[in-house]
Amino acid sequence: MNTLFQTQAQAQAQVQAASLACFHCGLPVPAGSDWTVQIDGLVQPMCCPGCEAVALSIVENHLSDYYRSRQSLPAGVAALVPEGLKLYDAPELQAQFTGSDGGAEATLSVEGIRCSACVWLIEKRLSQIPGMQAANLNVATEKLQVRWDATQCKPSDILQAVREVGYVAYPFDPIQHGELLRKNARTLFKRLFVAGLSMMQVMMYAVPVYMAEAGSIEPDMEALMRWASLVLTAPAVFYSALPFFKGAWTDIKQGALGMDVPVALGVGAAFIGSTWATVTNHGDVYFDSVTMFVFLLLASRYLELRARRRAAASLENMQHALPDSAWLLKTYPANREATLIAAAQLQAGDVILSKPGEAIPADCVIIEGETSLDLSLLTGESQPQSKSVGAAIPGGAVNTRQAVILRVEKISKDSTLSSLIRLIERAGQGKPQIAQWADHVAAWFVTALLLFAAGVFAFWLWHDAARAWPIAIAVLVVSCPCALSLATPSALAAATDRLLRQGVLVVQPHVLETLHRASHIVFDKTGTLTAGKPQLHSLHLLGSMDEARALQIAAALEAGNAHPLSRALLEAALHRQDTDAVNPIKAEAIDYVQGRGIAAVINGKAYRIGSAAFVAELAGGDVKHASVAGVSEVFLGREAEWLACFELADVLKPDAQAAVNWFRAEGRQVILLSGDAPAITQQVAASLGMDQAQGGMLPEDKMAFVQRLQQQGAVVAMVGDGINDAAVLRAADVSFAMGSGAALAQSHADAVLLSGSLTSLLDAARAAQSCMRVIRQNLAWATLYNLVAIPAAALGLLQPWMAGVGMSLSSALVILNALRLQRLPKTSHRAV
Amino acid sequence: MEALYLLIPLSVLVVFIALWVFFRAMDGGQFDDLEGPAMRILQDDDSVQPETAQSQKNNEK
Repeated sequence: MNTLFQTQAQAQAQVQAASLACFHCGLPVPAGSDWTVQIDGLVQPMCCPGCEAVALSIVENHLSDYYRSRQSLPAGVAALVPEGLKLYDAPELQAQFTGSDGGAEATLSVEGIRCSACVWLIEKRLSQIPGMQAANLNVATEKLQVRWDATQCKPSDILQAVREVGYVAYPFDPIQHGELLRKNARTLFKRLFVAGLSMMQVMMYAVPVYMAEAGSIEPDMEALMRWASLVLTAPAVFYSALPFFKGAWTDIKQGALGMDVPVALGVGAAFIGSTWATVTNHGDVYFDSVTMFVFLLLASRYLELRARRRAAASLENMQHALPDSAWLLKTYPANREATLIAAAQLQAGDVILSKPGEAIPADCVIIEGETSLDLSLLTGESQPQSKSVGAAIPGGAVNTRQAVILRVEKISKDSTLSSLIRLIERAGQGKPQIAQWADHVAAWFVTALLLFAAGVFAFWLWHDAARAWPIAIAVLVVSCPCALSLATPSALAAATDRLLRQGVLVVQPHVLETLHRASHIVFDKTGTLTAGKPQLHSLHLLGSMDEARALQIAAALEAGNAHPLSRALLEAALHRQDTDAVNPIKAEAIDYVQGRGIAAVINGKAYRIGSAAFVAELAGGDVKHASVAGVSEVFLGREAEWLACFELADVLKPDAQAAVNWFRAEGRQVILLSGDAPAITQQVAASLGMDQAQGGMLPEDKMAFVQRLQQQGAVVAMVGDGINDAAVLRAADVSFAMGSGAALAQSHADAVLLSGSLTSLLDAARAAQSCMRVIRQNLAWATLYNLVAIPAAALGLLQPWMAGVGMSLSSALVILNALRLQRLPKTSHRAV
Repeated sequence: MEALYLLIPLSVLVVFIALWVFFRAMDGGQFDDLEGPAMRILQDDDSVQPETAQSQKNNEK
């Protein structure tokens, strides 16, 4: 308690010491502002109307205890959007909440729970709503369970109340997968508990028999203890071990021997043997071994399930990223009145308003304004990215700066995020070769093991009949096909989960394995090693005008043009600091001349921008400029004067060099295949230090090239932009596509680099390396263990209970080793 | 030692009672959140303040 008071005092001091910090959220109070709330008789400063409203609501509802006992400051105050909440009152939506007996029940997700005061505050505030019957906040899952009288209050009242005190709540629709997983975890925990309890109690009866000198326990007493053990072992065998028996039965029916078979046999044989010994009062009992074996086996399964549940949580986060409402501008651009509609009602072509802090409900294009967007969920990229008019924005991105107007391109069901989720779901199916191999080996292993156990049993029956039974059980129990079967899938699942958080979506199961073996890494150029769109490379002045002015005029001429070269010029003008942003130049009488350029009038003077020949018609004479390969030139001129030449080129991505270096250092051949002119391709390859480069290739040529490599025994990994390269991507042993927007859904690649950066490729390569290392370690351990333990058991050196402990520890070791892969390396992007 | 003849069967019975209690608790969702209750118990929501009607409010419920 003492420490608690100290931390409370510290929090108080922290809040009060910064006299100009907001009393509610701790952010600095802007100078000259005047937002205050009287809390416990003291006037406290507030940083914004949002905090003021929240604090006022807390005080008015007599909840100011919150401020006395909180240990950490709340997360940023959520914007109060009461209109959005009203949508949940619609009868069809309300129907989903209604439970049996007239009362309504719902599970809400609540964000921003920090400490006990949060829990108390939310539950207290909710209990003040008339008609609220129960409110229970689960801290671990951040889910709020509420039950209310539907006749007295509405769902929006509840959501509103939660928002009033500064948290964000939204209805949580249970995803079937998650729900199922939770139910499984619950059942498994029950089985584990039963096995644990019966293990401990059976041990109580077993230990005295082990410890006592022979004959010191009365035979009656021993018989009683055996019967008690039998009764207590029964639940462990018939309830806790049920999944093993079921699994074994399925395996036998299908004619394939899985790891459940020896487990079931071991448990069954030990239990039946012990029961027989108890009933006939003759022979040894192994109830303690049985219960311990079941308990430890279940414990390692529970560990595995926990790991899988963590992976499912990342998926769940993604599914919640699409908002369920949107602001529709019905009569844009005539009128900017926004109406709130459910996101599911959005149609392609609708114009919507996105406010800062909100997620974009569907794939959109900006038509007005500019802002920064947080794409971390979609690409793993943590830095917000600036986007302006014309930029495509995937649904699920979060608007972080200011309001923009967007046009919906695809409905939210078809959005990038939704297709991503479908891809991920598809990715979960199928087993990679190495896992299939491990399963195959495990099946053989089990068959061999059963024969071996039978042989050992027969030998001991002849040699020393009394020991035959326990030794056969020990052999069955100690051998660990579990470790063998778990070694690969657990490592792969952990690595795949980590890569997803780093922005690499692994679609095909064999990606990690093949990437690790790949001897040749083949890159496409455009869009893979380069940005895929031209950028202003250099600017040559040809006349009297200065650079900034020339760029500005060029931008004015190109303003309405969607050609990639125009966009590059516009972007360059936008990013220049010295252009006169206050008085933008307006071009009049703009005339687009197809394939040649643009002519327009600025301040009464005629200007032309475009090809040299086109500008020469106006500027007259020849241009004094030597052209360079691989560079597009755009000329600007006015009457009787050449002004400037803009050189635009597709520049290399900043991380291209690092990626090439890394693969070369690993001893892989790095090859560049491009449809571009051979000269440019060679130049790019030389500047990056690649081993080989071929330019001027058609998709068929690339495919033939890859197939030729494969015939020479190479394992080829291909990295391309995903659409143009579909054929060669399919031909390669393992393929990576640069993922963005439309490309995603039709991608045929084995893995998608969601961030579009080559750093992700390195992440994938490193993950593949460590994953294969872990798999090798796991398999080596499982093999070594079996080689030592099985002969030891067969020679009668191991008691059945020792066998149980050894086997379970070896499984747990394998799983824990695999879980190491889930950790993100420190130097990499943050987790989503 | 005769007491053991009673105590052993009794211990078996106790284990089954414990299992029954545990199953009820599990199905009731008591193990779903192992952090929240620890936070709740430390919260004094009955502190008396003259300027607010805190205690009165609690009595109403």
